[in-house]
Amino acid sequence: MRVGVITFPGTLDDKDAARAITRSGAQAVSLWHGDADLKRVEAVILPGGFSYGDYLRAGAISRFAPVMKSVIEAAGEGMPVLGICNGFQVLCESHLLPGALTRNSDLHFLCRDQEIEITSNKTPWTRTFSINEKIVIPIKNGEGSFQCDDKTLAQLEDQGRVIARYVGDNPNGSRNLIAGISNEQGNVVGLMPHPEHAIDPLTGPSGAGLGFFTSILNSMVK
Amino acid sequence: MAKIVVDVMLKPEILDPQGDAVASALLRLGFSFAQSVRQGKRFEIEVEGEPTASQISQVEKAAELLLSNSVIETYVVRVEK
Repeated sequence: MRVGVITFPGTLDDKDAARAITRSGAQAVSLWHGDADLKRVEAVILPGGFSYGDYLRAGAISRFAPVMKSVIEAAGEGMPVLGICNGFQVLCESHLLPGALTRNSDLHFLCRDQEIEITSNKTPWTRTFSINEKIVIPIKNGEGSFQCDDKTLAQLEDQGRVIARYVGDNPNGSRNLIAGISNEQGNVVGLMPHPEHAIDPLTGPSGAGLGFFTSILNSMVK
Repeated sequence: MAKIVVDVMLKPEILDPQGDAVASALLRLGFSFAQSVRQGKRFEIEVEGEPTASQISQVEKAAELLLSNSVIETYVVRVEK
């Protein structure tokens, strides 16, 4: 199975995302922001970083990169898309996911291990997890506070589209402790913490992040 | 040279931690007048001569599409001489 990883100018975590895909048993395919060709991938990851220096708003300029036109089209046709951290911000700016990520409520850039609870395993990115399974993976962001209006929040909750929540104190002011959400169809997922940094206890706080990558492989290979 | 100015502000219901931090700093410096502070962005777009109605309406479009995010922000477009 071919899983694409997009590199924008300022992307940082594309190598780790590719490594996680490889570790899960799939083939990682590099995609370039300036090239609309998705190279026959069956799923796409938008990794973390500071694309376009976070100028204007995080993700606001990346949204108009040539590759995003193809990603938006493919997502509409059901292709699984995962945005991690800055990738989550790009997906919100692209309107593939509702809401927006704003400045952390205490203004600090956070970089630490964070416990999260998986609250939906209905998406192709979370299906190998059990509901309410708690995992520890790194979080590192300055603008990770998930915000949306009350109506959108009620929809996300009622439709079971909150896929992960922070456990314990709210790290960034996100509404309802939201760490990740999906679109209505479930194929597009945004996640603020970094599963790709937690695929091996040797180099991360746990190996539990690998579940996102084995999930997509299990979803596609039947 | 005239300027078309776009002011972008966070919606009132969106938390503005930067504005809050500025408000606390003002207070520490003895400026006790500030009830609250909201921080926004200002874009100055220079155009040749007097801005035309069509240029202003294109700036409105750009403000909607790129300069602001309607989920969290509002914008105002005006001409400054």
